Amino acid sequence: MAKKKQRPIPEINASSMADIAFLLLIFFLVTTTIASDKGLAILLPPKKQDDVQVKLKDRNVFTVLLNSNSQLLVEEELMDINNIKEEAKKFISNPTKNEKLSESPLEAVVSLKTDRGTKYEAYIRVMDELKKAYNELRAEHMGVTLQKFLELENDPKQLEDKEAEIVKKYEAAKEAIPYRLSEAEPTKVGG
Amino acid sequence: MAKFAKKPKPLPQISTASLPDIVFMLLFFFMVTTTMREQDILVENRIPKASQLKKLEKKSLVSYVFVGKPKDVAKYGGEPRIQLNDALVDPKQIPLWVAQEKDKLDEAERDKITISLKVDVEAKMGVVSDVKEQLREANALKVNYSSGKIIE
Repeated sequence: MAKKKQRPIPEINASSMADIAFLLLIFFLVTTTIASDKGLAILLPPKKQDDVQVKLKDRNVFTVLLNSNSQLLVEEELMDINNIKEEAKKFISNPTKNEKLSESPLEAVVSLKTDRGTKYEAYIRVMDELKKAYNELRAEHMGVTLQKFLELENDPKQLEDKEAEIVKKYEAAKEAIPYRLSEAEPTKVGG
Repeated sequence: MAKFAKKPKPLPQISTASLPDIVFMLLFFFMVTTTMREQDILVENRIPKASQLKKLEKKSLVSYVFVGKPKDVAKYGGEPRIQLNDALVDPKQIPLWVAQEKDKLDEAERDKITISLKVDVEAKMGVVSDVKEQLREANALKVNYSSGKIIE
C-alpha cells in the first residue's frame, strides 16, 4: 500500500460569499414590498339618529352627482371631471360675492351623491379633486404652495409644535376653510 | 536632509473577509424589519390612485378591509366581496369584526381605530357604501381609502 502524504487542507476561497449574500439581500429588497399606507382620509358621520334635520340654504350646498356611467352633474349642469376642482374652489371661496355661490367658506357644504353602480375608481377621482380644491384653498390661505401644505399635513412631528408660525397658520386655515363634505346615501339606479 | 530612499511599498491588500458578515447583517435586518404579509388576499386588489394623500399614523391602530372581485370565481362568484382577516364575509359581520379589532387595542386607544379600505378599482360603490354603513353602525368612524400616489 502506498502511503499517502498528509496534504494540507486547502483553504476555502470565501470571496464569493459576499456575492451570494448580496444576491440574497437584493432578492429580499425586491420581493418584500414596503407597505404603502397612504390614502384619502375621511371621517364618517356618527350612527343615524332620529330626526336630526339640518337646514341648509340652497345656495350654500354644492351638489355633485356621480352616476353609474361616471358622468358628473354639478349644480345641475353636466361637467367634465377636470373642471370640478376649479368650480368647487369658486363655489367655496366665492371671491366675487356671487349671489348663486356660497355665502362664505364657513357655510359651504359639498354634497356628493353616488349610485350603487358607480365605479369606485371614479368616486375616488372625484373625492380627490374635491379634497384638492379644499387643500388648494387652505394652502392659499396660508400663503404656501400645495406641495408644502401636503408635506406639513403629513408630518405629525412638525404639527406638534403648536407655537411655530406655520402651524398656527395651518390651524387658522383649517378653521377658516373647514372641510365639509357630506355623502348622501347612494341611489339604486344602476347595478 | 536625511537620505532615506523610500522603497515603493506594495499596497497592502484590503481584507474583504468581513464583507459577507456585513452583508449578512443587512440581510437579517431587512428580513426582521419587513413584515411578511400575514393574510392571503382572496380578492382582486388594485388600489386606485390619488394625489391628496394622508399617511396612516400609527400602524397598530389600523385594521384592513379588502373589497374586490374574488380571485376564485368558481367558488365565490364574480361579484365584489368583502374580506376580513382570512374570510369573505357579509357586510352584516363587520360590526362584530370591528369589536374584535378594538379588543386587541389598548383601552385608551379604542376610539382611535382607523379602518383602511383597500378597494379594487373595478368595485362598485354599492358594496363600498354597505361597508361604510356597517362601520358607522360599529362606531369606527375614521376611514382611509387606501390609494397610491399619482406620478405626474
